[in-house]
Amino acid sequence: MRDLDDQLPGAVDELKELYPHTGRAFVLGITGNPGSGKSTLVDCLIRSYRDAGRRVGVVAIDPSSPFTGGAILGDRIRMQRHATDDGVFIRSLATRGHLGGLSRSTQDIIAVMDAMGHDVIIVETVGVGQDEVDVVSTAHTSVVVVVPGLGDEIQAIKAGILEIADILVVNKADREGADRTVADLSMMLDLRGAAAKRVRILKAVAVKEQGIGELVEAVSEHRAELDHETEGRRRALERAETRLKDLLRSLALDRALARVEAGEGLAALVQRIAERKIDPYSAAEKILAELMGEA
Amino acid sequence: MSTQRKIRILVAKPGLDGHDRGAKVVARALADAGYEVIYTGLHQTPDMIASAAVQEAVDLVGLSIMSGAHMTLFPAVQKALEKRGVSDLPVFGGGIVPEEDKAALLAGGVNAIFTPGTTTTEIIDWIEANVRPRVEG
Repeated sequence: MRDLDDQLPGAVDELKELYPHTGRAFVLGITGNPGSGKSTLVDCLIRSYRDAGRRVGVVAIDPSSPFTGGAILGDRIRMQRHATDDGVFIRSLATRGHLGGLSRSTQDIIAVMDAMGHDVIIVETVGVGQDEVDVVSTAHTSVVVVVPGLGDEIQAIKAGILEIADILVVNKADREGADRTVADLSMMLDLRGAAAKRVRILKAVAVKEQGIGELVEAVSEHRAELDHETEGRRRALERAETRLKDLLRSLALDRALARVEAGEGLAALVQRIAERKIDPYSAAEKILAELMGEA
Repeated sequence: MSTQRKIRILVAKPGLDGHDRGAKVVARALADAGYEVIYTGLHQTPDMIASAAVQEAVDLVGLSIMSGAHMTLFPAVQKALEKRGVSDLPVFGGGIVPEEDKAALLAGGVNAIFTPGTTTTEIIDWIEANVRPRVEG
């Protein structure tokens, strides 16, 4: 897994061999703002799945600093009680500059955990803004966690979050404003039409392990819906397409940049663009033409 | 596209220590130096630490001990790491450790002990000199 995260060439070869053995695990995405209690909720979910005899993999993602490149990966702290359970495998990843809430390696790490035989893989993503919605193209079911009292923030987060949520959980529901938040979310979903009406809104108090049974059941129900309806198939195809495009994007970029480095060098090219000696479109087209030419 | 591997460091407080400010300061400093720090917090048993070290595929384990129990805890962690098949994983420590104990621990296989007053720069320099080559190599 480490080799995949660090993008070592040999690692991809191993992944290719593993790939036919993937596709069995159920992938559950948990996302939400920092401080919404995602990790505590995940901890409760792990316990629930373990009690049911399932093997659980967890991928917990935290942001890398754009300035230092380092990261503090602290989600494990909330999952202490599973630390020595061999049926639980927790891996913490840093985003390493990747946008969207996941790391570049997340899909690959999930694939490895899948091949390892984990029944459920929980992906806990970086606190979400409007753009951090990659989780939906990775998970079968996406759960978005919010907390009461966000007030105007609910308005701000609605676009991204409401579009990706299969289930909305109002955590810390023992706080003031919980029912109001549920009502607000419900109203916003109503405005969005038929598909949105199937989104379940739940309340929970993760630190007290309240609402967990209902959440597990809602996830189960959603999963069953996916299995029985074309939506599940559609999402699987979408996941495969998104993965292909993401890989093409990053591999093509890597090759193109390598081409530039072999030539005048990136710094020199960038200098020419900044000095208006060449425009960025022409520069990019020229690099691509050279790449294709040498195929 | 940088192909330099990121160094991953586990920072844990084993045993009964109640304060984690020191450990948090070190974790923050290491993250600021560009490392990925898996911070597991307080009350870690040796087995929890070893389990996390394996799952997170870390390059270095850092223990923060202010309780005085270092002579028991370090060997216990080393043993737990051995049991999980990673006995060659470097271990460093920070906290209140008297000089005689420091010598004994180092002789016992702990790779470095940083006592209060050590600057974070010294720790980072040590990591770059001693851990980086193993990771890149």
